[in-house]
Amino acid sequence: MNIPEQLRYTAEHEWVRDEQDSAVTIGITDHAQAELGDIVYVELPAVGAAITQGDSFGVIESVKAASDLFAPISGSVTAVNGDLESAPQQVNEDPYGAGWLIKVQPSRLADERAVLLDGAGYRQLLP
Amino acid sequence: MVPFAGWSMPVQYTGIIAEHRAVRSAAGLFDVCHMGELDCTGSAAAACVARLTCVAVERLAAGQARYAMILNQAGGIIDDVIVYRLDEQRYRIVINAANAAAVAEHARTVAAATAAELRDSSAELGLLAIQGPRAVDIVQSMADIDTAAVGRYRCRSAEVAGVAVLLARTGYTGEDGFELFVAAEEAEKLWSRLLEAGAAAGLVPAGLGARDTLRLEAALPLYGNELSRQVSPLEVGLGRFVAKNDRYVGAAAIRRQRAEGVPRALVHLQLHGRAVARAGCAVTTAEGEPVGRVTSGSYGPWLERSLAMGLVARQHATVGGELAVVIRDRPHAATVVRRPFYQREGG
Repeated sequence: MNIPEQLRYTAEHEWVRDEQDSAVTIGITDHAQAELGDIVYVELPAVGAAITQGDSFGVIESVKAASDLFAPISGSVTAVNGDLESAPQQVNEDPYGAGWLIKVQPSRLADERAVLLDGAGYRQLLP
Repeated sequence: MVPFAGWSMPVQYTGIIAEHRAVRSAAGLFDVCHMGELDCTGSAAAACVARLTCVAVERLAAGQARYAMILNQAGGIIDDVIVYRLDEQRYRIVINAANAAAVAEHARTVAAATAAELRDSSAELGLLAIQGPRAVDIVQSMADIDTAAVGRYRCRSAEVAGVAVLLARTGYTGEDGFELFVAAEEAEKLWSRLLEAGAAAGLVPAGLGARDTLRLEAALPLYGNELSRQVSPLEVGLGRFVAKNDRYVGAAAIRRQRAEGVPRALVHLQLHGRAVARAGCAVTTAEGEPVGRVTSGSYGPWLERSLAMGLVARQHATVGGELAVVIRDRPHAATVVRRPFYQREGG
């Protein structure tokens, strides 16, 4: 299972990557995409929308079922991965790269970062 | 693996989409040993089958099969089945696993009123399905008979890979292929030998997930989704599989429904966007007036569209009409299309 060391994780199987412009990129983990199976649709918030740590910010649908996406941190959405509209399978194929979901300008990162897991901590949650 | 009607079943082996596409382009092998089999024998067998199911039994020659249903007195569907006539006085009725116990109980009650012998063979019989454009050639390469002699909805005894089977040209995917009834203790051997012999032709094992998306693209109904005791065959477009006689349980109700009409109809919906409709989602008019519910919905991996079937008020079931499916409180536009969504070439 691919769990890059430089990312931060949630128990709900999202990852967070710090970008140079103080924004963060959010996606789902390799484990999550494997558990979901073939992903066929991703419903994401609009640019400018506010998301709140722990709340649902979208839905990801596999052939089997629909699953909520939970915000790993709070903030304002600055970009969404529009390629996923026509190519949602990128989340399966490249969950940490081309399959990213949204970029967010964090509003409370200093407080919220503490609950995020490092790679070793996330790995311990997996069966 | 998931629990299903007391069986542990594989949802997928490699991936639902890959397995689905393999079945459409080459071939897939399905373990459907969970299906139940009721064998009806004796001089009264035809009369028993004609009472228990709505099949037109007089049109069923030895070696022939027909899709049919078991109905209750109200004309509601207890199960959908395939009736195989094995020889002059021997019929096999293949029932769904999900309600096998209730169906077998109902069947025993009906059979008791006739002189026929009814036997639940489910525990002794395994069932494998090999489906797809290469399926017939793969089976032929291992069979001791000319499989061309087993036409669509026909069956006959044969040896495949050295294993005695009842070879039936039936399936649940919209593709050509066979279903093979085999002694339960021989099923694993047959499975391995078929997979080995078919690998070069592209045969892959396929799970319950692909079976569901394949049958949806082919617009084949599923018991518990499209079909239930609260649904009449006439509502779901299956009237042509109901005999025009008074011999079967439910005939009086069906005769009345044929005269008076039924309030609902099954529609086949192609969603405009990619959001996935699931069973239970509300179906509305384009203006938002509720008219029914989705019974099955998924992404169609071969057609690459979001597809659904739904039961709606009859006046909204016009092909070409525009409806909407409510997914997570938001309406998604959908067009009523002709069934099936997918039809194989020459099918």
